[in-house]
Amino acid sequence: MASMRDIKRRKTSIQGTQQITKAMKLVSTVKLQRARAAAEKSQYYFDSMFRTVNSILSRVGHIEHRYLIPGESERKAVVVITSNRGLAGGYNSNVVKLITRNDAFKKEDLDIYTIGNKGREAFARYGYTIREDMPEVIEDPLYSEVNALTARLLKSFEAGEIGEIYLAYTFFKNTVSQEPRLIKLLPVEAEDEDEASAVMNFEPEDVDAIDMIIPKYISSLIYGGLKEAIASENGARMQAMDNATSNAEEMIDKLSLQYNRARQGSITQELTEIIAGSEAIG
Amino acid sequence: MADNMFNLRIITPERVFYEGEAQMVEFNTTEGEIGVYPGHIPLTVIVKPGILRIHEKDGERIAALHSGFAEILPDAISILAEIVEWPDEIDEKRANEALARAKERLKNRYEDLDVARAETALQRAMARINVLK
Repeated sequence: MASMRDIKRRKTSIQGTQQITKAMKLVSTVKLQRARAAAEKSQYYFDSMFRTVNSILSRVGHIEHRYLIPGESERKAVVVITSNRGLAGGYNSNVVKLITRNDAFKKEDLDIYTIGNKGREAFARYGYTIREDMPEVIEDPLYSEVNALTARLLKSFEAGEIGEIYLAYTFFKNTVSQEPRLIKLLPVEAEDEDEASAVMNFEPEDVDAIDMIIPKYISSLIYGGLKEAIASENGARMQAMDNATSNAEEMIDKLSLQYNRARQGSITQELTEIIAGSEAIG
Repeated sequence: MADNMFNLRIITPERVFYEGEAQMVEFNTTEGEIGVYPGHIPLTVIVKPGILRIHEKDGERIAALHSGFAEILPDAISILAEIVEWPDEIDEKRANEALARAKERLKNRYEDLDVARAETALQRAMARINVLK
């Protein structure tokens, strides 16, 4: 059995760790609330955007627009949103797995645009091509930065360098459940045309409207994904830290028991020795 | 719904900018300035930088609307704006500087000048300054 001093040292160290995980849990709880409020606030914009774009596309039907048909290039661009910091359970690896375990994606044919350090590290390790890396966007997402990224993606698409654009992020279902998602940004695919409801008119004409609205649509999807991802990150971290705290609690309980047992053992032994000694003298 | 009123919602990626009942709304689009009354046919238009005038029941509110698009329905209008500002959010000095800069660029026409961008910058600056007047 380990000595009393060893057990005590171990216990103190775990208590220290527990204090840290507890503090991190509190921090991410606060951050989660803020991120969630921000995600909800922007939700309406994306819903409206999505609805409008779908209604436009279902109305124009199948026209030959460069944003609606895949480019000729085999290459695909993937924007991957992960976190800058770890200790968030499976949050980062789940997003990365969406791409590395996807049979439709060939490693050589991918241009990865990472938002978040953890994603960049993972893809660099697997040997993917990283076109761009924007870790600072996670800390404070600005719509203008996303707009600039969209412009660069579209430029690459129009130049024929890439044929399709995807976005990988984590959808925030609720505090305890986050779902990694992969969505196709370009070419835009209209939903089923079941409710070609509105007899919507367009000024300018449909095709010009598509030209102008699609970039905004892509920006809004990326921006919405960012907001969701930030909420998810904090949710995942909160959970991971909660688990860590309760695991530490369990270990501390176990070590306390061991410590008390060892203490009792040593007292008993000392007593036996004293009695034995006095008997020998007597 | 009161007659001759419609529901106006102006949304940006960050916040709901405005939500309320209005009698008429005016703004600038790619096809020219338009004013929309209730009962308009369904229409989607693309916004160009300009002044947004919201005619409420008692009074008028103005703002600088820079980009986005609007979905007009007979009883409701949603403006999905990428950038929109109330007058008190505008930095007059910055707008004046931007105006001067854009004018300068368009006048001199350097070789690699992005004309469309400079023009948009000019329109934005003018919209901001006009709102403050």
